[in-house]
Amino acid sequence: MRRIYESTVLRELLRPLGQIAIFVTATGAIFSVAMLLLALLFRGSAADRLLQENNHINIFAFTLTNLPQVLVDGVTLGFVYAAIALGYTMVYGVLEFINFAHSEIFAIGAFVGVEVLIALEGAGQLSSIPIWLAYVFLALAVIAGMAAAGGMAMLVEATAYRPLRNAPRLVPLISAIGVSFFLQDAIRFTESITTGQFHRIIPTFGNFDQRVSLVKLPLAGVVTDINIQIKSIVVIAAAVLMLVGLNYLVNATKVGKAIRAVAQDRPTASLMGINVNLIISLTFLVGGALGGAAGVLYALKFTRIDPFVGFFPGIKAFTAAVLGGIGNLTGALLGGIVLGMLESFAGAYLSAFTMGAAGAEYKDILAFAILILVLIFRPSGLLGEQVGQKA
Amino acid sequence: MALLELDNIHSYYGHIHALKGISLTVDEGEVVTLIGANGAGKSTTLRTISGLVRARHGKVMLQGKDITHMPPHEIVTAGVGHVPEGRGIFPRLTVRENLEMGAFTILDKAEIGRRMERVFVLFPRLKERISQKGGTLSGGEQQMLATARGLMLKPHILLMDEPSMGLAPVLVEAIFDVIKELNSTEGTTILLVEQNALMALKYSARAYVLETGSIVLSGPSAEIAQNPQVKKAYLGG
Ligand SMILES: Nc1ncnc2c1ncn2[C@@H]1O[C@H](COP(=O)(O)OP(=O)(O)O)[C@@H](O)[C@H]1O
Ligand SMILES: [Mg+2]
Repeated sequence: MRRIYESTVLRELLRPLGQIAIFVTATGAIFSVAMLLLALLFRGSAADRLLQENNHINIFAFTLTNLPQVLVDGVTLGFVYAAIALGYTMVYGVLEFINFAHSEIFAIGAFVGVEVLIALEGAGQLSSIPIWLAYVFLALAVIAGMAAAGGMAMLVEATAYRPLRNAPRLVPLISAIGVSFFLQDAIRFTESITTGQFHRIIPTFGNFDQRVSLVKLPLAGVVTDINIQIKSIVVIAAAVLMLVGLNYLVNATKVGKAIRAVAQDRPTASLMGINVNLIISLTFLVGGALGGAAGVLYALKFTRIDPFVGFFPGIKAFTAAVLGGIGNLTGALLGGIVLGMLESFAGAYLSAFTMGAAGAEYKDILAFAILILVLIFRPSGLLGEQVGQKA
Repeated sequence: MALLELDNIHSYYGHIHALKGISLTVDEGEVVTLIGANGAGKSTTLRTISGLVRARHGKVMLQGKDITHMPPHEIVTAGVGHVPEGRGIFPRLTVRENLEMGAFTILDKAEIGRRMERVFVLFPRLKERISQKGGTLSGGEQQMLATARGLMLKPHILLMDEPSMGLAPVLVEAIFDVIKELNSTEGTTILLVEQNALMALKYSARAYVLETGSIVLSGPSAEIAQNPQVKKAYLGG
């Protein structure tokens, strides 16, 4: 009995790691091959000639030498999106409702985490500290962001969604949009009266901005140093840890089984002695905490945040959740990685391939295009069940 | 004192007045059946007992304690098991997980294991299917799972809503045998809702007949089975 128990524990820890490895490798490989083929097709084109003229590199070599960095960035971003997407998809799984305020929950996490670090910096705690202490402080900021975001998500559920639980489906959706605007302004208001600023910059500390060199590869005749920023490693490691933890919670614990039971049949779940309201609260807590952690990690990666910081990551993570199949946790992971990869590739190559006509700033359009295409052609997503069954 | 007592219960769905003053009692150790046509309010009566539907007037008493306004999960803890209409198994949980949900309020893992073994004695089929997802079971197996899940809590009183619905005659017999077994060997009190009135009356001691939200007849099952009106309406002549 004990041994069976332990093997399920191990399985639930290893399975998501395997999934993550497969999704990252497969998505990375597909995007790389497609991009390299595209580069071959573009050989001799005006875009190629322009690159040769200005940068003395042909379009294929340009694509190949940039590829490792683009992949690393794509994975980093993908995990951030996956962590946010899990919040959308968990809530959808349990309530069949899209929590549009989740992007602001993410923003609250980012702000609280950054404010914690700014306060530490103000107290002189961040300069010339040992590396391990920097990691402790970062962990502290992430935990504070998770607690604030998780707590806020629970509060929003209890006040803005629970009273509308039996209302027509559109009603809580509108409430969520209202909450989203409200929280944006609440952040703005709080920041302006306490700090006098709308945007905040995460302090520079520890070794997070350094790069570690992984390998030197001869790519297209150029020896390329493939390196990764330490903060990217931190983001990836933290996200993987959370994804594995969430998978374990949902699949191997009693609370997780209760969450799934509530998602499948709320009245029957209550007949099992499950406190449905408590489980729904917990779902918001967990989803919100993941979003909050993603917010702090996002701030670490992109350094600057403002009250609207949640909008784009939110909509992309939502797209990721829909792409993977909303309500499906594995789908959110896959969708997040695809979206991150897509954005990274678009950001790096769009400009060169269109000779500057469509710069990296157009990368966001791709996420919306994907959202629309998925909704039209495969509303159940890549891994989802038929949506119609549940409606 | 009756184990379960409903006193002048009125329940509504929006404006639909589904229960119009239901009063009934179930004594410790009894099998009581509730028969009636489709839409009479049988399921609503059970849902009102377990708190899924709120009574607008009247009282539900369990062992003399007022449970009318308790939330469903507390009513479960108080000892009421409910096997809902249409089985309500969790389709994407395995058989084992479904049974674990039935024992949700029990914290002792060893005790959960013992209870699972106990229901496997009643339903050996489920043991063979233990790792299968609930939704992949046959209709009969799903009914067994729903019943077994209702037993995991060792309820004082088990409410069963049409356990024979959609089952082949041989399975109907098997389900009723389990009900009898439970009642005689474990002393579980059972309130049974059935459209299969013939079977229900055969296996129960007392019966209530429900018509459009009101009880029109009650008494020992043997007498009810002989009632000319009941014979005409529910027993096919
Ligand atoms: N969820 C519901 N919403 C509205 N009306 C309902 C609902 N469930 C049952 N009813 C109505 O309540 C009455 C009693 O239904 P029910 O208790 O399910 O009957 P029975 O179980 O005896 O077939 C019926 O008129 C039915 O149409
Ligand atoms: Mg019914």
